[in-house]
Amino acid sequence: MNVPLRHAAASAGLTIVDCDIHPAYRTPQDLHPFLPARWREHMTTFGEHLRQGLSGQLAWPRMMAAGMRLDSFPEQGPPGSDLKLMQTQHLDPNGVEYGMLMQLSRGGMEERNLDFAAALSGAVNDWQLEAFVKPEPRLRAGIVVPQEDAAFAVSEIERRADDRRFAQILISPRSSDPLGHRRYWPIYEAAQRCDRPIALHVQGFSGGHASTPSGWPTYYLQEHYAATTGMQNTLTSLVFEGVFERFPGLKVVLIEGGFAWAPALAWRMDKHWERMRQEVPHVKRPPSEYVREHCWFTTQPIEEPETPAHLADIIGWIGWDRLMFSTDYPHWDFDDPQHVFKFQPTEEQKQKIFRDNAKALYGLQ
Amino acid sequence: MKVPFAGAIDCDLHPAMPGAAALLPYLADYWRDQLVNRHIDKYSFVLTSYPPHSPLSARPDWRQPSGAPAGDLDAIRRHALDPFRSRIGICNVLHGAVALFNEDMAAALCAAVNDWTARELLDREPRLRASILVPTHSPALAVDEIERVAADRRFVQVLLFAMGDMLLGRRLYWPIYAAAEKHGLAIAIHAGSTYRHAPTPSGWPAHRVEDYIAQSTAFESQLLSFLAEGVFQKFPALKLVLSESGVTWLPTLLWRTSKTWRGVRPEVPWIDRPPGEIVREHVRLTLQPLDAPDGETLARTLEHIGSDRMLLFSTDYPHWHFDGDDVLPDGLSAAAVRRLLIDNPLDTYPRLRDGAAMSDNGGQKQEAVR
Repeated sequence: MNVPLRHAAASAGLTIVDCDIHPAYRTPQDLHPFLPARWREHMTTFGEHLRQGLSGQLAWPRMMAAGMRLDSFPEQGPPGSDLKLMQTQHLDPNGVEYGMLMQLSRGGMEERNLDFAAALSGAVNDWQLEAFVKPEPRLRAGIVVPQEDAAFAVSEIERRADDRRFAQILISPRSSDPLGHRRYWPIYEAAQRCDRPIALHVQGFSGGHASTPSGWPTYYLQEHYAATTGMQNTLTSLVFEGVFERFPGLKVVLIEGGFAWAPALAWRMDKHWERMRQEVPHVKRPPSEYVREHCWFTTQPIEEPETPAHLADIIGWIGWDRLMFSTDYPHWDFDDPQHVFKFQPTEEQKQKIFRDNAKALYGLQ
Repeated sequence: MKVPFAGAIDCDLHPAMPGAAALLPYLADYWRDQLVNRHIDKYSFVLTSYPPHSPLSARPDWRQPSGAPAGDLDAIRRHALDPFRSRIGICNVLHGAVALFNEDMAAALCAAVNDWTARELLDREPRLRASILVPTHSPALAVDEIERVAADRRFVQVLLFAMGDMLLGRRLYWPIYAAAEKHGLAIAIHAGSTYRHAPTPSGWPAHRVEDYIAQSTAFESQLLSFLAEGVFQKFPALKLVLSESGVTWLPTLLWRTSKTWRGVRPEVPWIDRPPGEIVREHVRLTLQPLDAPDGETLARTLEHIGSDRMLLFSTDYPHWHFDGDDVLPDGLSAAAVRRLLIDNPLDTYPRLRDGAAMSDNGGQKQEAVR
């Protein structure tokens, strides 16, 4: 197809840090070597126990090929499971200097059996290294934690803290309680201590609460959008529970939840914080200041105004130093670095978003 | 800035709701007995979304020495109508009847609130109009109530809440929209929750200010539900008014839905043009509270919205969003001010355009025994 074109772009010097790449298992048995026998048997016999009606499939079927790029299926296994294809199809032609792995399924984040969740998380973290990061040093792992059990989450973070191949800590924003809740604070304390950002990636599975304040949506068109509203609610919780006051070194990356909403939410939080300060005296400063200092946003799926330049207003309000490029490879709504911006950012702006902001955040050379 | 000329149409006023005891004269014998015997008449029916003493719920200089803010007509005239020289004010009585699980009791109380509104407010102040309070979770009874009240053309819209049992675009609710369209009533979704679900997809926030901020995400979900389910295709004359939503969230919704729709339109084949176009045609938003921090950002945001026909003037009286008489934000052109004060409300509410709206058709008090 247009691979030769991409090669030309890469060789012209546009290298990128892709902040959202999804690896996958070839089969669930890929995890077995990293699981104790007791949990191997549990996984085979009972499988995951999630808070949704359908087992082993998404409740809102995706619109094409289970939500995957049609060209991303390897000869065997699901998209994202074949490192060679990932390299030849994405990392090489798109000039990916570093890629951040986002391990979503079977990470234990949504598992109701917390002991199983803990075992799965540990196994998934080992597997990320063996299957992807060791053979492809451009890739970085994320520490998957069973977030609903903060004590185990902290021990898993500490176990990985000295290994810089783990770039961040992955948490699902579809949590059981809003993420500002104090039950999650030990995780933030550990993140601050080991100097890793918290990566909030939107999830297809829920922590038990409906996707909207008025229940469940009907169509995938709506559920796709619910990631955006949910991310706003999560950020609101972090601000108003005082997480950023309590953990001043905490950095949060909001992944695949959009970003165009961020200025409006910050204005809204400022306005009502001013009026309601008596209720939240622990929030010392206007919420927008915490967002500006503590939050980073990834680009995919990028918003596309009818007038493309309107997006530059939004990025200006967020800060050109706070947006980081992502593709979401191999998912269907992949953003191509050659075409992601419909307006013309300056060279300096492009370098920041495609590469430098992520390098600075993650301490990459 | 202040309202520059007389004749504005204020599309969101909140008279204090009557206590349950005040509704007794408007109830049938059965429900009067029920309320009295069960001491329901001693309840306040305050919605959790609007705690009376919270700073958001009433501006300090609009609070009364005794009684509730906006608790009498004189206060409404003195605070909300006269200073802004409004010729019309639309009352949204935010009564907790809608949060009852008993559908029949909810319907009876909604009907009593509507009759109380007609007698105590509309009959006595000709500048006032009102919304029809309905038991949304019981669409058949909601339709009955619309049919019962619709002859009184001083009722100009049907009042629903942003957070409820189910997303409001679902087919279950379509009879409500059919009735509204038939009678030339707009549908208003107002901020507020019956707390049938957690306010966020990750559960229950700790603070009231978080719940209030989450209202804008509820509006996003409801508007997307109307779009996705094809409500505007089914009811092409319907206008949807989002009341007290904050407004500045809208550009993101326009951009994202139009983009995602291009990728998933086989799922919703009845959406036959970009959702942004449909929203601009059918959806209106009341002005206060406006989240933009200054005139420059507001001007940019309005350009992002791409239409000067969507905003409706509102004070949101007595809620506290601005001080003094400066109800209009900076950043609006003179033409935009004229539109939102008068033209847009008239375009939105067919009943504000007819001469009959000024006449009093009281004396039609009907008691519906359910």
